[in-house]
Amino acid sequence: MSNHAPVTDWVHDFDHTDPRWTENPFPIWDELRAESPVVHTERFLGCYLPTTFEAVKQISYDTEHFSSRRVVVRTVRPEPPYPSPPITSDPPEHKPAKQLLLPSFTPDAVKKLEPRVRAICNELIDEFIAEGGCDAAARYSKHIPVRAIAHMLGIPEQDSELFIKWIHEILELGIKDDSVLMRAVQEMSGYFAKQIELRKQHPTDDLISTLMNARDKNGQPLSDPHVLGSLRLLLIAGIDTTWSAIGASLWHLAKTPEDRSRLIAEPALMPTAIEEFLRAYSPVTMAREVIKETAIGGCPVKPGNMVLLSFPAANRDPKVFPDADKVVIDRQQNPHAAFGLGIHRCVGSNLARMEMTVAIEEWLKRIPDFRLDPAGKVAWSEGTVRGPRQLPILFGTAG
Amino acid sequence: MSGKLKIHVDQDKCQGHARCKSLAPELFELDKFGNAHEIGDGSVPKELEDKAWLAQANCPEIAIEVIEE
Repeated sequence: MSNHAPVTDWVHDFDHTDPRWTENPFPIWDELRAESPVVHTERFLGCYLPTTFEAVKQISYDTEHFSSRRVVVRTVRPEPPYPSPPITSDPPEHKPAKQLLLPSFTPDAVKKLEPRVRAICNELIDEFIAEGGCDAAARYSKHIPVRAIAHMLGIPEQDSELFIKWIHEILELGIKDDSVLMRAVQEMSGYFAKQIELRKQHPTDDLISTLMNARDKNGQPLSDPHVLGSLRLLLIAGIDTTWSAIGASLWHLAKTPEDRSRLIAEPALMPTAIEEFLRAYSPVTMAREVIKETAIGGCPVKPGNMVLLSFPAANRDPKVFPDADKVVIDRQQNPHAAFGLGIHRCVGSNLARMEMTVAIEEWLKRIPDFRLDPAGKVAWSEGTVRGPRQLPILFGTAG
Repeated sequence: MSGKLKIHVDQDKCQGHARCKSLAPELFELDKFGNAHEIGDGSVPKELEDKAWLAQANCPEIAIEVIEE
């Protein structure tokens, strides 16, 4: 995939789209962390990478020197034309934009969606269980979050394939090809503009209508670009992130029979197991843009550069997590940052947890024994959301 | 150690990860934005002390104070 020169010096020339990073980033992060709390590359028009939990936290909390107006590190840096509040908002605009969304995503609110998610999981399993094996990414994990968010937004679940295509174009191909990104954003905006028009004729009680009916602090309806931006955000942020988290959890369980049998024997461990999968296989790396000179961990940080805000690397910092490279499904102390830190904490974190829990529970009920297909190949996504995109699995124990 | 425990969620730090609510629902409640608050005056019954410490240890924002009175 990568058209960049292969990396030979990770400390001074890192590249998060290098195939080695895509395949197995953990030893790279360990190497960089041992070198410095912040490293820099000239690639991507200049970009820093904080490697420790502390450095990631400092940057997350510092909205004065680090802006969210760009949240993806790319090889091009055009003026950001399409804000998606609140993820691309800084204070003071951020808080009111986020507060419009938060009530729809509390644990109680997402609990109402749980029966539908359970049904989605079982409908998917029905399609392949008789086949003795499947690509669990392409046929299972990929479809759960997209159908759930469609259900929440009140748009047809059958349009899922379209959403998946846009997300691939925006989050993976778009890192290096601006025209693909722009086209996908325009198609997506056109789709949602149509949905908004439909609701102006026939109001509904879904999340799109909630946003249309929202009022800002002056009592005015949100502008159409604000509503469209937030809808794009919910679709983009809510899909391949959780798809990745479910896929990585299944990947771990496929290659770790002892954790699988323990989870089946002790279902009460599910909450700590889910938090541990979130920590060890955090899918989401965010970004910031340096807007004022400062220092992080003693390293000077200069405007004009981006920051790759790696929550996954922070979550592997052994100073905060003993045995950070071990997956311990009953880890008691696990204050991980998989959903970010500070004001931009993922608005969908409760939804993601519910989807992960239900997806793993239903899979284990129907397919308690499974393993990686030795004849297949696991393929991981490139870019800032990491998860298996191809996950060949055989059902039953090895025979 | 026979002191009583009290908990308090710092509203400037809480970002609504809801880990405390999931680990110790007897001690924490969430508001309509999903941010956590201690229930009542934050007094922790003896049998829930372990849960209070656990909630504190799992808060990513270090927003929970546990005070030994």
